[in-house]
Amino acid sequence: MGREGAVAAIQMQRVGKRFEPRHADGLAYEALAGVDLAIGEGEFLCVLGPTGCGKSTVMHLVAGFETPTEGRVLVAGKPVSGPGADRGMVFQNDRALFPWLTVDQNVAFGLEVAHRTPAAVRAAVDSNLELVGLTGHRTKFPRELSGGMKQRVQIARALATDPAILLMDEPFAALDAQTRRRMQEELGRIWAVSRKTVLFITHDIGEAIWLGDRIAVMTHGPAARIKEVIDVDLPRPRQNMTPGFVSLYNTLDASIRAESEAMHNA
Amino acid sequence: MPDQDRAHPGNAPASPPAASQQRPRPARDLTRSPWVPVLVVLASLILWELAARLTIPILLPPPADVAEAFWKSAKDGSLFRHIGASYFRILTGWFVGCVIAIPFGILAGRLKWVRAVLDPFIEFFRFIPPIAFVTLFMIWFGLGEVSKVGLIVYTAFFTTFLSTMAGAMGVEIERIRAAQCLGASPRQVFFRVIVPGTVPHIVTGVRLSLGLAFMTVVAAEFIAAESGVGYLIFSARLFAQTDFVFLGILVLGVMGFVANSILKRLLARIAYRYDVNL
Ligand SMILES: Nc1ncnc2c1ncn2[C@@H]1O[C@H](COP(=O)(O)OP(=O)(O)OP(=O)(O)O)[C@@H](O)[C@H]1O
Ligand SMILES: [Mg+2]
Repeated sequence: MGREGAVAAIQMQRVGKRFEPRHADGLAYEALAGVDLAIGEGEFLCVLGPTGCGKSTVMHLVAGFETPTEGRVLVAGKPVSGPGADRGMVFQNDRALFPWLTVDQNVAFGLEVAHRTPAAVRAAVDSNLELVGLTGHRTKFPRELSGGMKQRVQIARALATDPAILLMDEPFAALDAQTRRRMQEELGRIWAVSRKTVLFITHDIGEAIWLGDRIAVMTHGPAARIKEVIDVDLPRPRQNMTPGFVSLYNTLDASIRAESEAMHNA
Repeated sequence: MPDQDRAHPGNAPASPPAASQQRPRPARDLTRSPWVPVLVVLASLILWELAARLTIPILLPPPADVAEAFWKSAKDGSLFRHIGASYFRILTGWFVGCVIAIPFGILAGRLKWVRAVLDPFIEFFRFIPPIAFVTLFMIWFGLGEVSKVGLIVYTAFFTTFLSTMAGAMGVEIERIRAAQCLGASPRQVFFRVIVPGTVPHIVTGVRLSLGLAFMTVVAAEFIAAESGVGYLIFSARLFAQTDFVFLGILVLGVMGFVANSILKRLLARIAYRYDVNL
């Protein structure tokens, strides 16, 4: 998707991240080294990699929760200096919801901190609840929802402020197969309408093929980097088990498996 | 209980598996009956009366003697004066202590350097019961209300502060990050995430310190007071009026029960939203 001359929505340039020891017996850990990655505007990029390789760390750097110890992370051409409303985040964990707020209050949070008018808040809450199919549950508290519904609240909440970039860290990992399937379809539909830039972490190869324009595979840690970036040259809407799907699946599977094995032998 | 629903073999339509049969019979839940506390109180009174007959009133006065002590002190109004004095000290001290403790507890929970400064003091004072300061407070603040209320302020402050601080420290990082990604400023994160995220711990601290305030007030009134339920108990002891000692103890229990019930009722408004068990 690299349109010539256009500034990439997200750019990681030779990014390294080293965690310093937090206690006397701790060791410093170099999680990332030399991560290069560019994500175009409106692109859906999936990241795959062996467990513990540093996928979440990559996302935390883009979100601005952590700062790189080497290299630069640019969003819309400017270095990231902290979290902001331009990058909406969907966390893997539903602890990210505010349990003392109802569904609609959770979705309204970002609009209210931006001091939007009550009418604008209401309109954005209504349309996003509609989008994720939670209109009938708007006055419930998060603890009264199922796991899949909680993830949909997170998605509605992240979309309500209309961020240019959506960061999603294994958002469907905790869901059962059926719900996950439906959520993937919904996300594909939402993305097709909104054309946001999406950075999507997953360990599900099928999910990555289903959703991604491109798929980045990471090496194992320590000092993980981007091993390869593969274009998903399949027509949308994607279909399961077409020859193209299967061969791409096998390629990715072999690539990640090689990394996992290398990690266990190290 | 496998295969219970095989009772009608063959032609029973595929009913939802055993659900209807296994639903527990709506057995009456005795623990929820309003009669249980009434019966318990009655039984205790009977036991008390029986026990009193085995000994002399100065050791264990029978219920009737205590009831008489109640009437006597109720008629001349002294009982209500004592109750009022103790309630005033408890509620004023508790309220002031909590109101100071909550903001400081939240700040201490969130600011590393505040915690670093306070930590040695906290670790030292947490092992000293407030009652140990009674005499010192008398010397510093005199024998009037200030010393007694001040001691309860200290009691409530310390307990509520520790609980609030623990709560503020434990606010989930994901929640803070989620708010930041939604555009919340540090100030908005504080008031919209940290403060509400600490509410369950504040509730715990506030309820705990109300109980401790009752302990402290009695100790303070033992040592220097002309009024209060603690004074009632202590002065009765001097004249060997065991019935009045009992009266004081029972009154304390009722006062605590009433105060706690009112507090619970006030907190019930927010309990569901903040998922706190009362
Ligand atoms: N705050 C931290 N302090 C020290 N080490 C950390 C910290 N955060 C992450 N790490 C280390 O960095 C490495 C990468 O962690 P990260 O959470 O990014 O992995 P991941 O690829 O997201 O794993 P998973 O697939 O299991 O979610 C791990 O070895 C982890 O122990
Ligand atoms: Mg992760």
